[in-house]
Amino acid sequence: MATLLEMRQITKEFPGVKALDRVDLKVEEGEIHAICGENGAGKSTLMKVLSGVYPAGSYDGEIVYEGETAQFRDIRDSEDRGIIIIHQELALVPQLSIAENIFLGNERATRGVIDWRKTNRRTEELLAKVGLSEAPTTLVDSIGVGKQQLVEIAKALSKDVKLLILDEPTAALQENDSRKLLDLMLELKAQGVTCILISHKLGEVRYVADTVTVIRDGTTVSTLDAKGLSEDQIVHDMVGRDMTNRFPEHKRTPGALLLEVDDWTVWHPEHAERRVIKNASFNVRAGEVVGIAGLMGSGRTELAMSIFGKSYGRNISGSVKLRGNPIDVSTVSKAIASGVSYLTEDRKSLGLVLDETIRFNTTLANLQDVSRNGVLMRNEETRVAERYREALATRTPSVFQKVVNLSGGNQQKVVLAKWLFTSPEVLILDEPTRGIDVGAKYEIYTIINDLAAQGKGVVMISSEMPELLGMCDRIYVMNEGALVGELTAAEASQERIMSLIVND
Amino acid sequence: MAVADSEHTEGAEKETKGVGAYLASHLREYGLLLALIVIMVFFQAVTEGTLLRAVNVTNLLLQNSYIVIMALGMLVVIVSGNIDLSVGSVMGFIGALAAVMIVNFDQNIYVTIIACLVVGGLIGAAQGYWVAYWRIPSFIVTLAGMLVFRGLSLWLLEGQSVGPFPREFQIIANGFMPDIFPAGIGEMLAGIFDARKVNVLALFAGIVTAALIVWMGMKQRARNKAYGIEDEPASFFAARNFIVAAALIFITFKLSTFRGLPNVLITMAVLTVIYAFLTSSTVIGRRVYALGGNQKAAKLSGINTERLTFLAFTNMGVLAAAAGLVFAARLNTATPKAGFALELDVIAAVFIGGASMSGGVGTIIGAVVGAFLMGVLNNGMSIMGIGIDYQQMIKGLVLLAAVIFDVYNKQKQG
Repeated sequence: MATLLEMRQITKEFPGVKALDRVDLKVEEGEIHAICGENGAGKSTLMKVLSGVYPAGSYDGEIVYEGETAQFRDIRDSEDRGIIIIHQELALVPQLSIAENIFLGNERATRGVIDWRKTNRRTEELLAKVGLSEAPTTLVDSIGVGKQQLVEIAKALSKDVKLLILDEPTAALQENDSRKLLDLMLELKAQGVTCILISHKLGEVRYVADTVTVIRDGTTVSTLDAKGLSEDQIVHDMVGRDMTNRFPEHKRTPGALLLEVDDWTVWHPEHAERRVIKNASFNVRAGEVVGIAGLMGSGRTELAMSIFGKSYGRNISGSVKLRGNPIDVSTVSKAIASGVSYLTEDRKSLGLVLDETIRFNTTLANLQDVSRNGVLMRNEETRVAERYREALATRTPSVFQKVVNLSGGNQQKVVLAKWLFTSPEVLILDEPTRGIDVGAKYEIYTIINDLAAQGKGVVMISSEMPELLGMCDRIYVMNEGALVGELTAAEASQERIMSLIVND
Repeated sequence: MAVADSEHTEGAEKETKGVGAYLASHLREYGLLLALIVIMVFFQAVTEGTLLRAVNVTNLLLQNSYIVIMALGMLVVIVSGNIDLSVGSVMGFIGALAAVMIVNFDQNIYVTIIACLVVGGLIGAAQGYWVAYWRIPSFIVTLAGMLVFRGLSLWLLEGQSVGPFPREFQIIANGFMPDIFPAGIGEMLAGIFDARKVNVLALFAGIVTAALIVWMGMKQRARNKAYGIEDEPASFFAARNFIVAAALIFITFKLSTFRGLPNVLITMAVLTVIYAFLTSSTVIGRRVYALGGNQKAAKLSGINTERLTFLAFTNMGVLAAAAGLVFAARLNTATPKAGFALELDVIAAVFIGGASMSGGVGTIIGAVVGAFLMGVLNNGMSIMGIGIDYQQMIKGLVLLAAVIFDVYNKQKQG
């Protein structure tokens, strides 16, 4: 077997961050090559380098494709050479038909006039190849996610694909759709198409892959032959980084039960038949930090948002109790008033009014406390904003600075200030340290410890397992909308969490 | 990928210090004031003093009153992240309703006024309902409203003009505040200023208001200083206040030498103060800015964004009704054409005043100044005898220039 692709010593830097550090990847012709790694390990960045999203010259290293050095300037360039990437988020236009989507940008046309007969005939052939029995004129909107995935593959096949890259293709799929897709991959392999599969799901990897490359923290850890490979070994390679002293000291003595969520079930807001959260039950004690681990898309954010004022989902059922008494969390303001606050995952689009000042944002969720008869008391507001600026050590010239001018870490402190000012009993933090640097992370951890020391309950959702292990007293593991395990700080390890996820 | 958007500018926050930097970051506010002054000076010169003659100043205020009144509501709607295209039609419809009630059905004037304001509120509420609770884009809902209420006015008036109104109704727009000071003082001042007559109340009101503005500004300044809040440089503060105070006294002096304070100026001033206060100093005003600035963040902060949007449109309806009453009273008749395309002038005023199409940005004072800027342009060009064709083009370009200026400024800062 000849080597189809070799990526040598690929290094890609973003301002201040090395996303890829001398990554090597070697893909043989006709194989299915799996790339495994945690969220943020650099898998997607590597694929963006390969497909020309990051053009030649914006990274260091060399790509050798079909025996010659390749310099892709954009996606078009790599597609011309038969490298097709299917992203996690599908890139189909829902309002167009299957045929229109397949030939989008590549229309069967003469002098700009589309030859529909040719388009539809060719679409039928392609759909037969991927085993999808839908009419070419069906709107993509009206078929399920699993079938949409197949349309994406048909689209790739329409371009004479040599190397097909699938980024988490089964993330949004049900069990049997996943299986169908994996079987299709094996079939394509038999037809001579080389595949790169990016996946967390080790069962899948073992089912289809010939070779596995594990990436961690932007570097290649190992390339293994999939035959006889144990999942434990992959997990170990995926998470095996050394833990240094990145977390402030804390000693906690959790008290009485504070928050209890029972049998919480949530349905998808648009796809009414999809159950997003499945009978989740968990609790938080006073002075305790509880983690929720899980991969992206496992339903962690949906769980939190559905509890916080039913901000996500439909037909929500289950109960929420605070200190044993049922509380009403049916709207955001009721949830806040009951003592539950939620810091969103995405601070820029969901947490802050970016063009406004620190003061404006700090008091936004609790204007009652800085107003009298509906009239704002500006001085009081300033005092509050100043108080939190000092308490959280937000680095800014003044509280009248617009938050858009602050760094990620300081923005996060402003969002934290906003929620602290609502005097919550339980604070749910969704990815509280995403996209901020190590120093600021440490400060946020300190704030979390202080909250626990004051007897508040903290729920911490994070994709970074070391963070959960370093901060939490207990960790719930979530997968596909269900809480699949609960580990105490003593029991928890990255391997155990990962194996709870992959073995679910 | 999480690492990609990580920022590493800790401790390197932007600081704004010094006069130049202050001017740069507040170019918009000063620019607007400056533009108004430049335009006024220009037209004063080319019209050989006609622009600022007492009768014309009075006229300017009367002519633009309904635009200003609607601009107050429009500012709220636009800050909330929406738009209302129906205000011209609603204004015309309410004028027609008033005319039919008073002239055709002989209803009591005060009953009519209240009924009209209520109907305006209901119209706004009906449109706001679809925008807020059904998430239908406000552009569509109010475009429909524009057509519906244009049609309704035609239907109500049966295509005819209805009028005239009784005197008590006309004074809403055409009345003036009687001088409450002894006639002797007026005559004395008339002698000093070499004017035909002087309405002391008007002059007095102007001086008191100017003093109040300066005094409140200084108080705020002292408070800012106590809190260590970065403030405008003293020279800017002095110059700005001097210009505003002098302009105010000058205008009220002009008014006093004609017929005194127009009733509608009082209405306008009171509404402006109320809305400036509402938007800048109350919880509900703050929430409107949050809603327009980031609807999702506002919602996740416990703000009932739907109700707020609904209220913004209801409020707009009431103000459009008020403007309709003023307009009908001023023309002394209701015509099917009343308010035609006026929504565009109102919207233009708000954008010239610095509001942002995407919501969350804009001030009442800006919108009012924007309305007068458009008004002075209209008035000045009409005095000069410039054709309506050129007038439209120039107004269009001024609007475009103001918004380009905004966008450019923002890009430079960001």
